[in-house]
Amino acid sequence: MHAESLPAGKAAALKAFEGMAAEPGVPKPDPILVVDNVVRRFGGLTAVNVNHVEIQRGSITALIGPNGAGKTTFFNQLTGFDTADEGQWTFNGQAMNGVSAYKVARKGMVRTFQLTKALSKLTVIENMRLGAQAQKGENFFRGLIPGLWRGQEDEITLQAEDLLQRFKLDAKRDDFAGSLSGGQRKLLEMARALMGNPELVMLDEPMAGVNPALTQSLLGHVKNLRELGMTVLFVEHDMDMVRDISDWVIVMAQGEVIAEGPPDSVMSDERVVDAYLGAHHDAPLSAEEEERQLHEAEAELDKESTE
Amino acid sequence: MDWTLIFSRAVEAGIGSEAIIYALAAIGLNVQFGYTGLLNFGQAGFLAIGAYAIAVTVSTFGLPFFLGVGIGLLLAVLMALLLGIPTLRLRADYLAIVTIAAAEIVRLVVRSVALSDTFGGTDGLQAFSGSFYDMNPYPPGEYGIPPIIGFDNRSMWVLTVGWVLVALASFVLFMAMKSPWGRVLKAIREDEDAVRSLGKNVFSYKMQALVIGGVIGSMGGFIFALSRSAVQPDLFSTDLTFYAYTVLILGGAARILGPIVGSMLFWLLLIFIGTGMEEAVNSGAITFITVNQVGAIRLMLVGLGLMLLLIYRPQGIFGDKREISIDAR
Repeated sequence: MHAESLPAGKAAALKAFEGMAAEPGVPKPDPILVVDNVVRRFGGLTAVNVNHVEIQRGSITALIGPNGAGKTTFFNQLTGFDTADEGQWTFNGQAMNGVSAYKVARKGMVRTFQLTKALSKLTVIENMRLGAQAQKGENFFRGLIPGLWRGQEDEITLQAEDLLQRFKLDAKRDDFAGSLSGGQRKLLEMARALMGNPELVMLDEPMAGVNPALTQSLLGHVKNLRELGMTVLFVEHDMDMVRDISDWVIVMAQGEVIAEGPPDSVMSDERVVDAYLGAHHDAPLSAEEEERQLHEAEAELDKESTE
Repeated sequence: MDWTLIFSRAVEAGIGSEAIIYALAAIGLNVQFGYTGLLNFGQAGFLAIGAYAIAVTVSTFGLPFFLGVGIGLLLAVLMALLLGIPTLRLRADYLAIVTIAAAEIVRLVVRSVALSDTFGGTDGLQAFSGSFYDMNPYPPGEYGIPPIIGFDNRSMWVLTVGWVLVALASFVLFMAMKSPWGRVLKAIREDEDAVRSLGKNVFSYKMQALVIGGVIGSMGGFIFALSRSAVQPDLFSTDLTFYAYTVLILGGAARILGPIVGSMLFWLLLIFIGTGMEEAVNSGAITFITVNQVGAIRLMLVGLGLMLLLIYRPQGIFGDKREISIDAR
């Protein structure tokens, strides 16, 4: 592969992962997120049981796994939308367990949802403005005096219009978000998350329900986040997309991280194949075993015929 | 039929103290339900707190009138905090259940026999509005536009103070809802989790909405007590809350003018239909009902009107059709 033809962010990420052991919980050179022993139980079911996992800064990491592997539940633990039963995790070295969802977002770890949460009865631009952090006018008393927040609001609007243009939503600026198509809502949700200038963007199934024509544009935006210095962690089912954009893949099954590795090789990992298709589903019979089974069957037939 | 009497009563009701009381109650609900999506079914409790705070402070304890106003506002804030802390983290329906129960608790406490020395039991309290009417700048006499509108000087004073309160509350909300603060509230109404994921303290905003709505409701209670110069516990039953919701939906939720116009129209129509039917019965134009049945029938007609409104114009008078027709997921 020609390193010089790659964008800088991609090259840096690939370099960081070069020669890394493809083992669950492998240490990364510069982790932004470090997770230890996170457990979440629903009654008798252990939905998440992650021993150790690290997310490399500046990379695009995919989190894959069969249905019910606990990917979204794991996301919810990390972002404070659900309380983990055990475990701790640090973001930029700060402990994040027990931190409420809004504080997690303020620290620079912003998520999107599997089912898009565009705020339908707000216009697109209002959706965007809402994403900005530390707004003076979001205090009731300061909000009553427009002079105190107008200036900041204008800056926020400029930033929002800039992002809308990048995401090709500028034509929809004053439409209600509820009038957008499914794919446009995904774009809006992603753009809105970026209003807070996050360091780590966590996307829960960004491609679910998106028109194929929009897929390429969405992929481009995700790749671009890395070039802008952000770290991306995403849950996805579409393996083509995973192969296309991710630098590193973490595989979950039954709540545990069972494998990690580069996207090209991780899918052929035996543990991953087992997780998706069941253990020994295609283990070939050895020649001796085949012989033995044949003899057994013949002996059975002989026995029946002689009786 | 005396059409002058019918119109005069209807117009007077449309700008009278009832319209003010229900406008304030509905403005409070508008903050909570219209903008934030909080189902407060205990607005009557907040009005009762406002009304009884003045009555008890002045009538029972003989303390100054304005102290009673201060106590009323403070108690409304405390009640909102008390209701909100356990329920606002839970699903929306819990708040509805807890608020309706809390309002009934307030009513049953003030009408209880054990506390009748303080609250006056079922008879309520009187003789507390003296210092309010002492401040009346209107000299005795009749005011208005004869022959339709006519109020005495005491009513004029209540109406002036009341409509100033309505205007103030509406102006504050108008400014607040245009600000980023209002944007957060509207976003919470749409989807709490999305707002949380954008770094906003949803619990705090919901609490602020509950407190502000409750305080505005308690101001409705002040006018309720002062306009009658008396308070009775059973005026603050759940009917009051549901009429206030009717007023809000009639005018259009999440609109600044919605509750005001809704309240004026509600009382205008209610009295117009009631007085109109009474006059029709008295003059012999309607023979199949008696005057005593008019009260019940007019409420049936109001119910019918509300149903038609919800079917054909669910956004109310001022609502935006676009906002209603979009399927919020």
